[in-house]
Amino acid sequence: MTMLHNSLLQRWPQLKQDRRAVIAAWLLIALALALLPFVTDAALGRSWVRIVDFALLYILLALGLNIVVGYAGLLDLGYIAFYGVGAYLYALLASPHFGLHLPVWAILPLGALLAAIFGMLLGAPTLKLRGDYLAIVTLGFGEIIHIFLRNLDKPVNITNGPQGVNLIDPISIAGINLHQTQQFLGITFYKDYLYYYLFLTIALLIIFICIRLQDSRIGRAWVAIREDEVAAAAMGINTRNIKLLAFGMGATFGGISGGLFAGYQGYISPESFILNESIIVVCMIVLGGMGNLFGVILGAILLTTLPEALRYLGELQQWLFGRIVLDPADYRMLLYGLALVLMMLLRPAGILPSVRRKRELQPTPVVAEHEKDTVYDSTR
Amino acid sequence: MNEFYQHLINGLVLGSIYALIALGYTMVYGIMQLINFAHGEVTMMGAMICLTVLNAMLGSSGMPHYLILLLGMGTAVIFCMALGFTIERVAYRPLRNAPRLAPLITAIGMSIVLQNIAMLMWGKRPLNFPDIIPIARFEILGAHITNVQIVIIVSAVVLMLGLWLLINRTRLGRAMRATSQSPALASLMGINPNTIISVTFMIGGGLAAVAGVMVNAYYGPAHYTMGFMLGLKAFTAAVLGGIGNVAGAMFGGILLGLIESLGAGYIHKLTFGFMGSDYQDVFAFMVLILILVFRPSGLFGERVGDRA
Amino acid sequence: MNINKLRLVRPIAIFALFSLVFFTGCTKQPADDGVIRIGSVAPLTGSQSHYGKDNDNGARLAIEELNAKGVTIGGKPVKFELVSEDDQADPKTATIVAQKLVDKQVKGVIGHLNSGTTIPASKIYYDAGIVQISPSATAIAYTKQGFKSAFRVMTNDSQQGRVLGEFAVKKLGAKSVAIIDDRTAYGQGIADEVEKAVVASGGAVVSRQYTTDSSSDFTAILTSIKSTSPDVVFYGGMDPQGAPLVKQMRNLGLAATYLGGDGLNTLDYLRLAGKDGEGTVASMPGLPIDQMPGGKNFQEKFNARYGPIQVYAPYAYDAVMVMVDAMMRANSADPAMYLPEVAKTQYQGVTGNIAFDEKGDVKAAAITLYQAKGDKWEVLEVINE
Repeated sequence: MTMLHNSLLQRWPQLKQDRRAVIAAWLLIALALALLPFVTDAALGRSWVRIVDFALLYILLALGLNIVVGYAGLLDLGYIAFYGVGAYLYALLASPHFGLHLPVWAILPLGALLAAIFGMLLGAPTLKLRGDYLAIVTLGFGEIIHIFLRNLDKPVNITNGPQGVNLIDPISIAGINLHQTQQFLGITFYKDYLYYYLFLTIALLIIFICIRLQDSRIGRAWVAIREDEVAAAAMGINTRNIKLLAFGMGATFGGISGGLFAGYQGYISPESFILNESIIVVCMIVLGGMGNLFGVILGAILLTTLPEALRYLGELQQWLFGRIVLDPADYRMLLYGLALVLMMLLRPAGILPSVRRKRELQPTPVVAEHEKDTVYDSTR
Repeated sequence: MNEFYQHLINGLVLGSIYALIALGYTMVYGIMQLINFAHGEVTMMGAMICLTVLNAMLGSSGMPHYLILLLGMGTAVIFCMALGFTIERVAYRPLRNAPRLAPLITAIGMSIVLQNIAMLMWGKRPLNFPDIIPIARFEILGAHITNVQIVIIVSAVVLMLGLWLLINRTRLGRAMRATSQSPALASLMGINPNTIISVTFMIGGGLAAVAGVMVNAYYGPAHYTMGFMLGLKAFTAAVLGGIGNVAGAMFGGILLGLIESLGAGYIHKLTFGFMGSDYQDVFAFMVLILILVFRPSGLFGERVGDRA
Repeated sequence: MNINKLRLVRPIAIFALFSLVFFTGCTKQPADDGVIRIGSVAPLTGSQSHYGKDNDNGARLAIEELNAKGVTIGGKPVKFELVSEDDQADPKTATIVAQKLVDKQVKGVIGHLNSGTTIPASKIYYDAGIVQISPSATAIAYTKQGFKSAFRVMTNDSQQGRVLGEFAVKKLGAKSVAIIDDRTAYGQGIADEVEKAVVASGGAVVSRQYTTDSSSDFTAILTSIKSTSPDVVFYGGMDPQGAPLVKQMRNLGLAATYLGGDGLNTLDYLRLAGKDGEGTVASMPGLPIDQMPGGKNFQEKFNARYGPIQVYAPYAYDAVMVMVDAMMRANSADPAMYLPEVAKTQYQGVTGNIAFDEKGDVKAAAITLYQAKGDKWEVLEVINE
């Protein structure tokens, strides 16, 4: 195994020239992703498939926030509001609450659109503010949305208030109800598998959009604004519109993720859309690496599985000492906070840094001549 | 009419507390253009430390209550000054030349860390302020006011006046003003900007500690999450008055306190029954957004550059 | 662009390969060995862990007693095993641990503690056909979903709110009542029911105010309430806000009787409210422990094993007993077989006589009203629904 691995490594430079090897590698990845729910279920149990599903939802969220924070450099602390807007729209249009049962393909785009509108509404008046003002205004915006979700049950009952919306329709696509176990070709697909494939498809689609965006005119405009807004404006970039676009685009992904969450969970209440969740998503992208897609994905996976890993730590203590000495749930937020501080101090660009971002977040602005070349090379 | 006076008094008390905390935000912002997110948590720490001292002293020593109270307050102030100093050293100073996003993120991180440290140290249950202040209730124009409320308003005014004198009438104050205008030029004049920044964080921490003790003594139990919202509202007050402007922060605090109290009291009538006191917390945020959008320099601020 | 993409392919491919090898290398634990597993879910870590452990211990005590006594189902002697899970009082985590219990093939679930976790999890149990009996979720919505598998042995918010509202008007003689809630599912649920009951009993709700579960300043809403001079102020919420609220009430010179639900009926409330809390009236679902049919006995057993009872341990204990009782009557531990028997339950438990209505709510519900006197809650009246 190791020998094979080593020889593969050594031969990689030639292999990657070879189209067949590249195709084989991609096929391997595709196979792994396709088999993941089966393998996870067999190895760890179906609850882990559910955790993987939630991780995918958080990846969507993190990718959306990454556009705002990572690409455009605007710190948004109320991002979970868009997630909430998407979730509530799905819940209201597909539940007994209003007696509406619209299909998912109608609601998700609507949710995305509504979230985008909210994003622009928030962005339009505030984007001229300097970075830290923007952070606190978005925080306030997130709180306002939360307060409205919690209180709009009177005088007309819109959100059903603190009780939340219940019995939300499961997502069904092309007549297939994802909440029911399905049989294809003699293989049993449980509901968590079916949701996995749906979430994965959407996540891949969004990753694809992000990759394309990164290198597009818009993506480069975002980076330019982040690095020097005046210079960017001087280059003829309409900074206001481009920033608005970042806000709208980020909000869209949040809205989609929220809709999926509502359909998957079947029950939502305002307590799922609190400031803490916004901060956790910020943690994901800071930890993983702002501006780097794969860093952000890594961050999302790490932070969704960490609480589960901590849970085993609790069980381990129970087993070792007969009681829980250090309550892992108590240390989770402390760890997140420490991670934010330490990452910024020691490795500001994240675990998997984006090359450009890494250079930017170094305290010394001077870049050596030879480094410059590599930087420009790799961002092309 | 009594109801109106009562709302006015409530607003003044709340506003005095906001103002004390807002001073910390505004001074730091004035000098470093940084929102010190962890400032609300310093307030919470002040309340917690004072409580710890009070509870320890009350059981063991036979000292008179007012002395114990002063001692508790003093310990809290000194601790929070040290805390402010440490936060700046650990979380902000190494990032002085980094892009703006970096210190902002460490600030949020510090806030979470302090909250959770407090939770681990003092537990998750709220902690009561011991019954050592005999409460006297007075009636003015049909509205009720207690001695604690009077003390809060008076000491807030005294502290704010003291700070104003410090900034405008002393050598240190002049150095602070110089640093806030241009740290580089100030250092040419023989001022060490690092020292001034540290001093600013310490003064802000001390004032926050006093505010924290006041909240605990008047509004009720101290809790590890009490600082965040308080800090956010105080920040709003600082923005309202014009961030970086010390007199503005005092005024902004009191104004915000009044807006919240009167707003929660009368919103039901103002919106014809559509909204109730459930929207009380919206006011601060609405004020924040409106001010930032229409008059980012605040009601009393000078025009500041708003480049990102 | 292409070069950049290719750089990513290699690490991902290697990672994918390794994870495939890793996962297929692991094996699942064997599931069936003749032991009947019953799940118990509650927040075992985090800020509500003291309640969560209380529930878990109550259920555990029942399982231990059953195993010691020896139970025969379907002609075979069986052993029970309690599978504890921690939902951290978080709705999302609740669905994950619910799935975990389904994976472990439990025959029934005792839980969850909070309504916010019980409701989303109930769908997963319902889909899997597993019986769920909550010892402590009180939200009306839980049994309103129409899930045949969902039961509770605790009175719901509607029953408690009705008793409180009627008590305010009929026993406290209140003509006007002011109602505050904290905009949580619990606070709003109970406050709405109190409002209905007050009006139905001929009282008037003169002011309806709101706060949040993280507020500390209530002076504004109390000033508004004071201008309507109510006889009773009801607060739907928990003690961290309920206690300072009564202090600020007295500081404003508002002398109305202070009434609350089980959120205020805690020792912490007495500690936090101090002198101002004196005379507060608060309800608690169920009978006082020393008036429960088996209360004394249960208390002694529980104290010896786990220490003092928090609140809901007797209910978790009864929930297990009800479930096993149904299994014995059905002569099967298969949820599909014993589920109809749970609905037909007539069980004399520690907390009283347990029978369910068609929704799965407990039928005969007692609610006790207590009054704060010094440093303890004294029984004021027991009301049988």
